[in-house]
Amino acid sequence: MSTIVSLPNQETATLPKVNYLNNGYGLKSWLLTSDHKRIAILYLMSITVFFFLGGSFAGLIRLELLTPMPDLVASDTYNKLFTMHGVIMIFLFLVPSVPATIGNFVIPIMVGAKDLAFPKINLLSWYLYVVAGIFLVYALVNGGVDTGWTFTTPLSTHYVNTHVITAALGVFIAGFSSIFTGLNFIVTIHRMRAPGMTWFRLPLFCWSNYAAAILMVLGTPVLAITLVLVALERLFGIGVFDPTKGGDPLLFQHLFWFYSHPAVYIMILPGFGVISEVISTFSRKRVFGYTAVAFSSVAIAVFGFFVWAHHMFIMGVSNYSALVFSLLTMLVAVPSAIKIFNWSATLYKGSITFETPMLYAFGFVGLFTIGGLTGVFLGSLGMDIHLTETYFIVAHFHFVMVGGMLMAYLAGVHFWWPKMTGRMYPESMSQLAAVTTFIGFILTFFPQFILGYLGMPRRYHAYPPEFQVLNVLSTAGATVLGVGYLLPMLYMPWSLKYGKIAGSNPWQATGLEWQIQSPPLTENFVETPVVDHEAYDYEWLAHKTQHEVTTVG
Amino acid sequence: MDSQAIANRTVESHPTEAHEHPSYLRHHFVTVEQQRETVSFGMWLFLLTEIMFFGGLFMAYLLYRNWYYDAFVSGSNTLSIPLGTTNTLVLILSSFTMAMGVYSAETRNRKGLIRYLLLTIVLGLAFLGIKTVEYHAKYVEHHIPGANFSVEDFVHPSDPRDRPLAPDMAQHAQIYFFLYFAMTGMHALHMIIGISILFVLLYQAYHGAYVNGHSSTIDNFGLYWHFVDIVWIFLFPLLYLISRHHL
Repeated sequence: MSTIVSLPNQETATLPKVNYLNNGYGLKSWLLTSDHKRIAILYLMSITVFFFLGGSFAGLIRLELLTPMPDLVASDTYNKLFTMHGVIMIFLFLVPSVPATIGNFVIPIMVGAKDLAFPKINLLSWYLYVVAGIFLVYALVNGGVDTGWTFTTPLSTHYVNTHVITAALGVFIAGFSSIFTGLNFIVTIHRMRAPGMTWFRLPLFCWSNYAAAILMVLGTPVLAITLVLVALERLFGIGVFDPTKGGDPLLFQHLFWFYSHPAVYIMILPGFGVISEVISTFSRKRVFGYTAVAFSSVAIAVFGFFVWAHHMFIMGVSNYSALVFSLLTMLVAVPSAIKIFNWSATLYKGSITFETPMLYAFGFVGLFTIGGLTGVFLGSLGMDIHLTETYFIVAHFHFVMVGGMLMAYLAGVHFWWPKMTGRMYPESMSQLAAVTTFIGFILTFFPQFILGYLGMPRRYHAYPPEFQVLNVLSTAGATVLGVGYLLPMLYMPWSLKYGKIAGSNPWQATGLEWQIQSPPLTENFVETPVVDHEAYDYEWLAHKTQHEVTTVG
Repeated sequence: MDSQAIANRTVESHPTEAHEHPSYLRHHFVTVEQQRETVSFGMWLFLLTEIMFFGGLFMAYLLYRNWYYDAFVSGSNTLSIPLGTTNTLVLILSSFTMAMGVYSAETRNRKGLIRYLLLTIVLGLAFLGIKTVEYHAKYVEHHIPGANFSVEDFVHPSDPRDRPLAPDMAQHAQIYFFLYFAMTGMHALHMIIGISILFVLLYQAYHGAYVNGHSSTIDNFGLYWHFVDIVWIFLFPLLYLISRHHL
């Protein structure tokens, strides 16, 4: 199989003597760093911890659902399991996943800057994330929360006796961490671009993270105030969400989903950016319809703010508003489809190679398309009444979030791993992991579409025996999926010491980050780069490389 | 310089600035100009998040005022207009002194800067003092929702011209008072944070900072202070004035 990977001669190659990793040693040099690359590594390590914590809850949920009888955990424990799974995966993994790790690492380099606009606020954002994590772990070890990740009132304010306030505070703090990341990205992309780096020369990864950052900055404060209201309602019983006192629980739903629907775009948009980079690099072509892909990210961010009530079709919103929100939900599928079509068109007549990031990207395109299309089912009013609160919903958003976002995240981690560490991951092992993940994912979640269509409700730990076959399939798939996720945990650390030396541009990619040494210097660039070419200009790269060879020769 | 111009500028056009490197220029910015614009843009963006933060409360206010208009009228009538007006004036005055502080920093007038920062602190504290008096009055009258709320005042009309309220309307007055405390309390929290920062700025200014041509910290704090002021400019009519008449 052909490959575009070009590594330096392993006999003579060494890692650069000076880079961001050996600029200072010891815990203090990491915990007090203001280097965006080190903060990205801190984020990478902490979100991995929470990913496996959240994943272990998912494992327990699947294990319980192996049999129709409630035999592994008690019902309230089960409620806590799916709540903590949701809260940790959404607020501590998916929201910060690509932006805070990969985005933090490469966005300043992509725009040609030495750092993000506000390095100290960037570090503060990581500390807030850690504090949020501590709050949630505290809530967890003290008995957990069982409201579902949505903190639905009046359940969360009046009827449950678990650590709602602690968990809500944790999410509140995680929200500020996300606001600061978003704010940093927007300001950096506006104000820190290198000479010649115009908006339409930016890599699409910057565009999609910019769009996600807009959502973070505008949406998250609303979640913050909503959770403050929930905590106050719970502490003092002031009645703002309490129907017995004239409060409106539906107001909570509106405020909550005003953030939490855009939040799914916060989670997926940075993933789109990764896929644009990966597909272009491994098909050696400029992304087809660059401008359309760039603006579709912004369009998703704008539309994303006007579809929240589709989470509330069965909660007593008026028919007219349901109609309007259903229509708007259909509309948001258009820019997502633009992306899918443009990626496919990029592949057309490209010189495609199948390195690991590309395998994950292919997984993403297929799974996200299924996840997105089933979202259109759910957006249509009649279908939604039948399918909502069933496993169809669970399968839908896992296709988007796990099949989509997690695939994109892993594609990105593999793609930029040589840049972050200076070493290659083992290629055949990682290809195995990508394929295992894909197979495990399909096996886990495809049966859930059928289960949901047949009417199995979500959030119960028991089910009628006729659903068992499909549930066994799903649990078996989850096991395979777990192996797929554990593999990178083994070979990635291994590659830190034994991986091949990557050199500055193993993929022959065009982004500015690939034109500097790996791992990069603390200040990224020796001198400010001047950009004189479009994004994904492989001819420019070939010309440049050729020039370098002749100079050396 | 707009953002496109920053992108289009060539390295040659700024040959000297990069080498001057004044001490307050952070290492990752090329020019002082870029640093100033970046920080100011960041501040405006932060204020945008603040608007969204208060927006949730304003949304709740809008909804419940439409539903429970009578309760909002009766709740509004218990607030003191003289105290509210005084506070509004105090806050507007503090915005003026803050603006004068920014002006002093720009004209490199250290004494003026210290004087105006001090005045802003005093006015900010005066606002909080008057707010405390108002909160205390609410406590005495048992109008604190959740804690010791007495519905008595809202069932029987205190003014003979009022018609009596329905019993559940009295309950709804609690929602009015909750919103009153949540909105003014959140505003007061922003005042407290602002005053704390002002003390730091005052300390720094006393030691000679901000008057060396690099006054963007004062500029941006000024933006924050004016923002907090503007929030009150909305809160005052919504909570005190527009529902104020007899039923």
